[in-house]
Amino acid sequence: MFMIGPIGFLTPWILWGLVILPLLWFLLRAVPPAPIRRRFPGVALLLGLTDEDAETDRTPWWLLLLRMLAVAAAIIGFAGPVLNPEPKQAGNAPLLIVLDGGWAEARDWPRRVERAGMVLEEAGRDGRVVAVVRLTDQPQEITFRAASDWQGRLAVIEPSPWLPQNLEAWVDRFPAENFDTLWLSDGLAHPGRDMLAGLFADKGQLTVIEGDAPVVGLHPVAFDEGAVVVSASRLVGQGGEASLEVVGRGPDPSGIERELARATIEFTGDEARAEVKMDLPPELRNRVTRFEIAGLRSAGAVTLTDDSLKRRKVALITAGPQAEGLQLLSPLHYLRQALAPVADLIEAPILTALPASPDAVVLADVARLTAPEEAALVEWVEKGGLLLRFAGPRLAASDVSRYEEDPLMPVRLREGGRALGGAMSWGDAKKLAPFPEGSPFFGLALPDDVQIAEQVLAQPDPELGTRTIAALDDGTPLVTRKFIGEGQVVLIHVTANAEWSTLPLSGLFVQMLERLAISTRPAQPGARELAGQIWVPEVTLNAWGEERDAGEVAGVPGEELADAMTAGPGPAHPPGLYAGADRRVALNVLGAEASFAAAEWPASAQIEGLALMPEQSLKGGFLSAALIALLVDILAALWLGGRLRRLGRGVAVLAVAMLAALAAPQAQAQDATGQQGAGQQGAGQQETAQQGSTAAGPQPGDDFAIRATNGVTLAFVKTGDPQIDEISDYGLRGLGDTLWQRTSIEPEPPIGIDLETDELAFFPFIYWPITADAPLPSDAAYVKLNQFLRTGGMILFDTRDANVASVGGGSSEGQALQRIAAGLDIPALEPIPEDHVLTRTFYLLQTFPGRWAEGTIWVEAAPADAAQAEGVPFRNLNDGVTPVVIGGNDWAAAWAADENGVTLLPVGRGAAGDQQREIARRFGVNLIMHVLTGNYKSDQVHVPALLDRLGQ
Amino acid sequence: MSLHLQNEAEALGQSLPPLLAEAEMLAATVMLGEHGRRRAGAGDEFWQYRPAHQGDPARAIDWRRSGRSDGHFIREREWQAAQSVTLWVDPAKSMSFTGGKDRAPKGERARLLALALAVLLLRGGERVGLAGLAQPRAGRSQVVRLAARLAGDEGDDAGDYGAPQTEGMVSHGRAVFISDFLGPLDAVEAALTRAADRGVRGVLLQVLDPAEEEFPFDGRVVFESMTGALRHETQQAGELRSRYLARLAERRDRLTGLARAVGWQFSTHHTGGPAQSALLWLYRALEGGR
Repeated sequence: MFMIGPIGFLTPWILWGLVILPLLWFLLRAVPPAPIRRRFPGVALLLGLTDEDAETDRTPWWLLLLRMLAVAAAIIGFAGPVLNPEPKQAGNAPLLIVLDGGWAEARDWPRRVERAGMVLEEAGRDGRVVAVVRLTDQPQEITFRAASDWQGRLAVIEPSPWLPQNLEAWVDRFPAENFDTLWLSDGLAHPGRDMLAGLFADKGQLTVIEGDAPVVGLHPVAFDEGAVVVSASRLVGQGGEASLEVVGRGPDPSGIERELARATIEFTGDEARAEVKMDLPPELRNRVTRFEIAGLRSAGAVTLTDDSLKRRKVALITAGPQAEGLQLLSPLHYLRQALAPVADLIEAPILTALPASPDAVVLADVARLTAPEEAALVEWVEKGGLLLRFAGPRLAASDVSRYEEDPLMPVRLREGGRALGGAMSWGDAKKLAPFPEGSPFFGLALPDDVQIAEQVLAQPDPELGTRTIAALDDGTPLVTRKFIGEGQVVLIHVTANAEWSTLPLSGLFVQMLERLAISTRPAQPGARELAGQIWVPEVTLNAWGEERDAGEVAGVPGEELADAMTAGPGPAHPPGLYAGADRRVALNVLGAEASFAAAEWPASAQIEGLALMPEQSLKGGFLSAALIALLVDILAALWLGGRLRRLGRGVAVLAVAMLAALAAPQAQAQDATGQQGAGQQGAGQQETAQQGSTAAGPQPGDDFAIRATNGVTLAFVKTGDPQIDEISDYGLRGLGDTLWQRTSIEPEPPIGIDLETDELAFFPFIYWPITADAPLPSDAAYVKLNQFLRTGGMILFDTRDANVASVGGGSSEGQALQRIAAGLDIPALEPIPEDHVLTRTFYLLQTFPGRWAEGTIWVEAAPADAAQAEGVPFRNLNDGVTPVVIGGNDWAAAWAADENGVTLLPVGRGAAGDQQREIARRFGVNLIMHVLTGNYKSDQVHVPALLDRLGQ
Repeated sequence: MSLHLQNEAEALGQSLPPLLAEAEMLAATVMLGEHGRRRAGAGDEFWQYRPAHQGDPARAIDWRRSGRSDGHFIREREWQAAQSVTLWVDPAKSMSFTGGKDRAPKGERARLLALALAVLLLRGGERVGLAGLAQPRAGRSQVVRLAARLAGDEGDDAGDYGAPQTEGMVSHGRAVFISDFLGPLDAVEAALTRAADRGVRGVLLQVLDPAEEEFPFDGRVVFESMTGALRHETQQAGELRSRYLARLAERRDRLTGLARAVGWQFSTHHTGGPAQSALLWLYRALEGGR
């Protein structure tokens, strides 16, 4: 394809047509515009007049240029210009498509597959044979097959939650023949990548496609000085500021997984690794099961937490009050030292400590327990607690578990105990025997310096052998254990301080506590800790960082797991949680020390980005530009020839507008064929254009808005019945006059509104006379009405039939009202109560007559809990202005007065009628007052309280 | 066509009061048998007082005169005789020009004006004729005749520009020439001279299309007369405008001068404007001569 910059041409030979442009220039230049023949009687006066300037028989240069451009645009258009044409994998050698297939590609995997699919499709068209390789697979023989064979398979290939590892092993798997290679790479340097890339470059054209999504990953979390340290790595050499949101997730108390912690990791400068310390309360920290980078779907962005993050709560309990003594002699000192870095300690009496649900309770030389303490402890142990007891002088002196086995002791104890290696004893201090198989301590190395000088002895019972998990080299049990329910009781037959043995001084003490799961190690377990066990995966991660049940995956020996911890997971040991005998370790995608390095490619490799600018045909654009130019040319030629003047300016404006209209959909069409982003941009432009047009100049509705907002303006709904509308108009006019005379409300002349077209927001009050044949407002009008009601407007519905309120809409107007009101957002209504604020907003009223005096009116119902205020005749009803008032007394007719204040319609008879009209006017005043001042008259119920507070 | 023209003209003529031509040369223009009766009739001049008879309307009584005696007197006026008016409407091709689709050709407007004037005059009791086409006659029926003649006057064989006709012009009568006066002015001058020789006074009404007044042309144009006999080509019509307008003004000045020299009146009417104003002017010009 012939390319100029990012534009390619489908049929470039048409571009030769541009050569004729200069020729056209001369041709057009020689031909002036044709004259107009015009009949004109005044020609007699023209005879003999000569042109002053005879230059214009040549086409003006700008018109020529316009025509040139039009022709050039047409030629270029027909040559089929394409912006960002799809790159073609030229050639007919076999094509090898290599996918790294690691988690680093998970973010843009669909795009990669799509890209590979495009290449595959093209290879199919070209008849090339293809092989698709995923480097995270085990090395296998490569066979080239027809492209169609791969189509289906490509779609189901998924990335692996590990990175390609042993790339050298692939080298001899490729066929000897030459082939071209398309390598969809994650951009990371994997061991052996250079070698493989060199091989591909030798065999043929190597095209590398790298995604633009930055590779970041989370390292396993560490625990440092009480804070959780989450660290993340990015590509080495990828500079610049960046910040990542890290989210800790785990089950909440009800077991639903949710976000428990959030922090931001900031990368500054060129550093490839950054960390954030999260200070989490133990409750939260123990719940967190995984940390992940928010919004990133990739196994690298997830790190699972295992027991290493869990901090156990250990209750340390010693007997009696703290003895005055040396700190080093305290029975708890060594326990504190051993446990403080790795566990949360609770030092409190048993009954206080147990509700804090400790994972373990350590009783250091506690002999007697009170009955409630014992019961609570037993219950706690049965539920899975670990009770660790240390012997000591008190225990030795007491008769606990002497004759009967104490429920909270693993063995019966012999009286006294024994002392070894002291000045008064025969033998030397004893050493530990190797831990027997089946003991939780099995595999721990025995230091030489551990000596036991004194201990309590277990009664030789039948179960003693099974309960012993550590013994001295003479076979005396040193540590015994008994299971109770789901929990266990462990007795260490020496003291927790260095009085009886050197065990608390040795590292073995700490390791034993660890093995007992009293403490947990903060760091990743090393090979030594993992060795000797089979670790069975419980949960595995897929490439997108989602947890999957591991199912029946075979266990992994500890040594292999330890290797994987440093080298990263692989097919044999996928990332996830591995369970051993008494703890779980997480194998995360990234090791603690892992780092990312960018891949380097051979010089001959062609490197492309994954993001393909979508191919965009410019043909339509060029052709329409040519068309527009020709249209402009027509206008210009007309203008030159003097023909345009006769058509007048209007036509010219019309033509320009037509051109603009012609250009606009063209731009839209182009956008529509283009990428989505461009489409949005186009839409945005259109939107701004619309905004521009709305912002400019006065709008059709402006005079209405100005009229409605000149002052307080009462409005009525036009019913379409001219007589009723006239009465409404005069009614509100008369009410306005009344208000003007009697109150500080000075309304402007009322406005009749059309619900469908007019804006309601300008009016505080709308009078709505209902006719029997009133049409239903449209949906849009209902939206406006509800918005009006919700934002504090009031509608006075008037059925004008004097009976809707009493019999509930028996008349046809009442039915019309029901029909109309069904779509309105009207709260519950009630007949107006005696203490409604409407009865006293200006005048004190109890009846609300209009032209009719019967019937009450309906307003928003008071809340059910409204209480009678003390000392005043009102209830406390302080909230809200009723959004609707419904009645049928034909108020407008009673209010109606002409410009001179002469009433238009009769009300009642004689003086009583005048009185009724006066009350009707007062109701109108009260109503408008209520609309404008809300419930402030209701607030008077607080007056007694206010006066009281003022001390009057 | 003639009926249409008549209807239109009558509609136009109805809005004006009846007209009596000024009886300046009354005696000289009276045709035998139709004038000099020296008796009471319709007129403006006082004739005699006579005693009121049974049947005379009360408002005909001259109370000023009656007050001086016991009887009632009626003031009678002398019957004034009619004037002969000869109309000439340019039948040439140039009159069929119109500069806009919504405007009637000049000729149509000219005939309309002529006939309307005729209707007015006839209603006032004058005699109206068409130069070279119809003898001046009074009476309602003359309207119909004039309309028919005018309508039939649109000759296909007419030249580009017409020359005023003086045939059938009554001595000391009145004459109305309606044309665009774009042709040679010598013919107009000759006609006016002949008319002046016979004591005829009258008006010249130049009917022009607004396009002829404004010359709204631009660019390269070949102008042709209505028959195509005259041609003028220009590259920049817009350049010619000022000179064209100057020539037009000069021509109008000359026509005004010619008219004044022989006691006639001259005015220009544009087809873009209402015909009423032109008719009014014609009416006044014939009436007052000022």
